[in-house]
Amino acid sequence: MEILQEISEELQKGNFGDMPKLIQEALDAGIAPSKILNDGLVSGMDVVGEKFRCDEIFMPEVLISAKAMQAGMDVLRPKLIETGAKLAGKVIMGTVKGDLHDIGKNLVGMLMEGAGFEVIDLGIDVPSEKFVEAVRSNRPNILGLSALLTTTMLMMKEVIESLVEAGVRERVKVIVGGAPVTEKFAEDIGADGYAPDAASAVVKARELIG
Amino acid sequence: MLVIGEKINSSRKEIFKAIESRDEGFLRNIARQQVDSGADYVDVNAGAFLQDEERLLSWLVEIVQKEIDQPLCIDSPNPKAIEKAVRVHKGTPMINSISLEEDRYRAIIPLVKERASPVIGLCMSDKGIAKKEDEKVKVAEKLIDRLTGDGIPSNHILIDPILQPIAVDSASGRMVVNTIQRIKALHPEIHIVCGLTNLSHGLPSRKFVHRAFLLMAMAAGMDAAILDPCDQVLMAHLKAATLVMGEDEFCMKYIRAHREGKFRGIP
Repeated sequence: MEILQEISEELQKGNFGDMPKLIQEALDAGIAPSKILNDGLVSGMDVVGEKFRCDEIFMPEVLISAKAMQAGMDVLRPKLIETGAKLAGKVIMGTVKGDLHDIGKNLVGMLMEGAGFEVIDLGIDVPSEKFVEAVRSNRPNILGLSALLTTTMLMMKEVIESLVEAGVRERVKVIVGGAPVTEKFAEDIGADGYAPDAASAVVKARELIG
Repeated sequence: MLVIGEKINSSRKEIFKAIESRDEGFLRNIARQQVDSGADYVDVNAGAFLQDEERLLSWLVEIVQKEIDQPLCIDSPNPKAIEKAVRVHKGTPMINSISLEEDRYRAIIPLVKERASPVIGLCMSDKGIAKKEDEKVKVAEKLIDRLTGDGIPSNHILIDPILQPIAVDSASGRMVVNTIQRIKALHPEIHIVCGLTNLSHGLPSRKFVHRAFLLMAMAAGMDAAILDPCDQVLMAHLKAATLVMGEDEFCMKYIRAHREGKFRGIP
């Protein structure tokens, strides 16, 4: 479908100006909203994510593609809800308590949305109780934790322990990331997954949801 | 301009490996290179090592001081690591850093006073990193007031307005330049420092960004920088900017640098 290909390409170019018009064109052509999402927007963001991972494109380029994604979603979202289309999953994200870094987390959030996930971003300096409460009330598939300091990444262990104590650990898959975080650290603290960068986070989330 | 050499930072892969394998020779050589290129202070950071940070930061101080006479800039968000490293340091180290975050301020201020160390003050508080110009200036003022109130001489205070990557916010360079100008106007006696490399994070061809920012920030009143002194072009521009700012009487430093071959071979 040519229009879907065009949506994907314009998204990759960061053309947020034309995106609403293109989405409307696809809707008017009778294409299902979920197909527009997956074969148009998500397909475009997957390319963006992969190119970013390989250093072929840079952060500002990811940001304008994400902007195009959001412009597209503004038109598409009500239609998705109307047709009862399922999103890829629900993700809750946050930077742990004591840590104020958010650039990486925001990038992951953008790529997750680009992949068709519903993303709830709790922000920075988030205490364990807030993560637990968010998991309880929102029933996400994935909980993403971010930390950039070696001193704060230890908080990730506390968050996981709090989930266990609250009896909600089994309900959610926990992915951890951030510059000092490693695969081994993720294993040691009982996380379900580790992602070294934003694009890998999307891949891991999809893998864990299955 | 005060030059703080940034290279011995555990967030850099080759430095991480060298610290992990205790490659003393390698690390001492990097310290030596930075000093030979004109660094007044050498920054040391072992933050990537988690619980081992305290031990390894002190180790870094010990081995680097075997190599150079210049003082070190002790770089950690962990007050305990700073405390141990300061105790091991011979002579007066610079402390990187303090901020208005209450716990951090209370833990670091006695260390600053202990050795009458120059201290880098970050424009951040318990509310987070001050992100907009007005906030940065406000936090800087509060921090300056508090530090001077606690008896720290103005001459020992280096305010860092915190450069965020321009790839994430294209206003961040201009905004910090404006912030520097405003802080300088309000407090001409206070030093202002920036870590140049953070600005270009996420971009290709990073070096040119550092050079451009250095010149603009110096014109605005920045008088110290954490940078890579081994970037010869950067250092040549630093000398030239010092000259152009009128801070090199009779151009003597510049001419001397030329005679010492400091500009030779630089494109």
